[in-house]
Amino acid sequence: MAVNNSQRNRIISDQEAENISRLEELAYEIKVSEVMTSKLISFSPDTKMKEVLEVFRQKRISGAPIVSSQGDLIGLISMEDLIRCLTDSDLNAKIDKYMTTKLITILPTDPVIEASKKFVSTNFGRLPIIDKDQRLVGMITKGDINRGLLRALETDYQEEEIRKYRASHLFEDIESDRSSLILRYQIQQDDFEDGGRASSNIKRALIRLGASKQIARRCGIAIYEAEMNLIIHTTEGGVLRVEIEPHQITIDAYDYGPGIKDIDLAMKPGYSTASDAIREMGFGAGMGLINISRCVDQMKLESIWGKGSRLKMRLFLDSEYNKDRLENQTS
Amino acid sequence: MINLSTIIEKLELNVLTEPKDFSQTQVKDGYTSDLLSCVMAGAPNASVWVTLQAHNNIIAVASLLDLAAVIITEGATPDQATIDKANDEGITLLQTDKNSFSTVGQLWELGIRAEK
Repeated sequence: MAVNNSQRNRIISDQEAENISRLEELAYEIKVSEVMTSKLISFSPDTKMKEVLEVFRQKRISGAPIVSSQGDLIGLISMEDLIRCLTDSDLNAKIDKYMTTKLITILPTDPVIEASKKFVSTNFGRLPIIDKDQRLVGMITKGDINRGLLRALETDYQEEEIRKYRASHLFEDIESDRSSLILRYQIQQDDFEDGGRASSNIKRALIRLGASKQIARRCGIAIYEAEMNLIIHTTEGGVLRVEIEPHQITIDAYDYGPGIKDIDLAMKPGYSTASDAIREMGFGAGMGLINISRCVDQMKLESIWGKGSRLKMRLFLDSEYNKDRLENQTS
Repeated sequence: MINLSTIIEKLELNVLTEPKDFSQTQVKDGYTSDLLSCVMAGAPNASVWVTLQAHNNIIAVASLLDLAAVIITEGATPDQATIDKANDEGITLLQTDKNSFSTVGQLWELGIRAEK
């Protein structure tokens, strides 16, 4: 992609910074020394061009550095130089007649992005890498950069896989008579701004812990409805408490008021006490508790008018069979 | 099945969130309602949801249900915070000046159905 200088030099905004891909980040993190070729095929200044042709052919390379007997870099010879020599039918000439001495070099400690920039600005296919003492330590091509970045991405991916694996085997790794993970969320009344944040976070945590998509979705829906009930109907907000165990998830939503006057009525589809303003936002359909009962295996709602409410929900993780069995028992 | 890119093109939808390769998102089912609890109960996984609600709670719903996209009708426009939240959650927000009825009609003609 062509990028002009004024664009390249401007300061990156936060928004843009967020969009920088992992690949671009890696290009800044990885050093030239990590991707360069250090086992070099090089020529001495008095090599003949026909030897260069042979070496290029045998080793399947398209360029090489020319190094003095002291180890200093003198020039580069590339396939293009060789073609010029062939056009002149001059294979007996010495390499210094055709080599390039205009050298763009790079330090082994530079980030890979510097090499990329030099490839773009010079059109060269390879760059020699020179250490602080001006000694040649390696060569880098665009292919080296691509391979290096792919390797690093692969490592990243493996690390992420390991993290996921560890999270999903959390309960197997910890020995106790009964292990559980408890997540707590404080929910503010009228906080529509953050509505659904707790349920989204819980759903994400469940996926990370290795729960099936089905379970995560059922939990997400049930907790969302409970969360919105706390936001819409309570006077002082409430608490969501989720206890995750290997065999079940227990969700507790409780608040300190105002409580529900008639629980049977509240459980009726379509019944809601939500205000018109709240209904306008699409809430107050009177379906929240119905949705919850559809998604969980057990549900218990207790309330004292003037005191508060407590909604207990439970999902069994052992098998879908459990849900069917329980539904049959209650109906 | 039809991809989201075709839907955006045929229905001439505005893409409010960051552009993605929409041709990779396959859509089979659709759902419409402005009542969030009904959407929670009825919208299938990876479906498109047609609504005229444009406030930020639609993002939580779309994210919890893993919807393919939300089509906001009648030119309703979410605020920037809602669009930002959608981008964070990877939700695609689309918009049209048409009403929900004609939008659903167009989707049906493209072969999008309600889940059986």
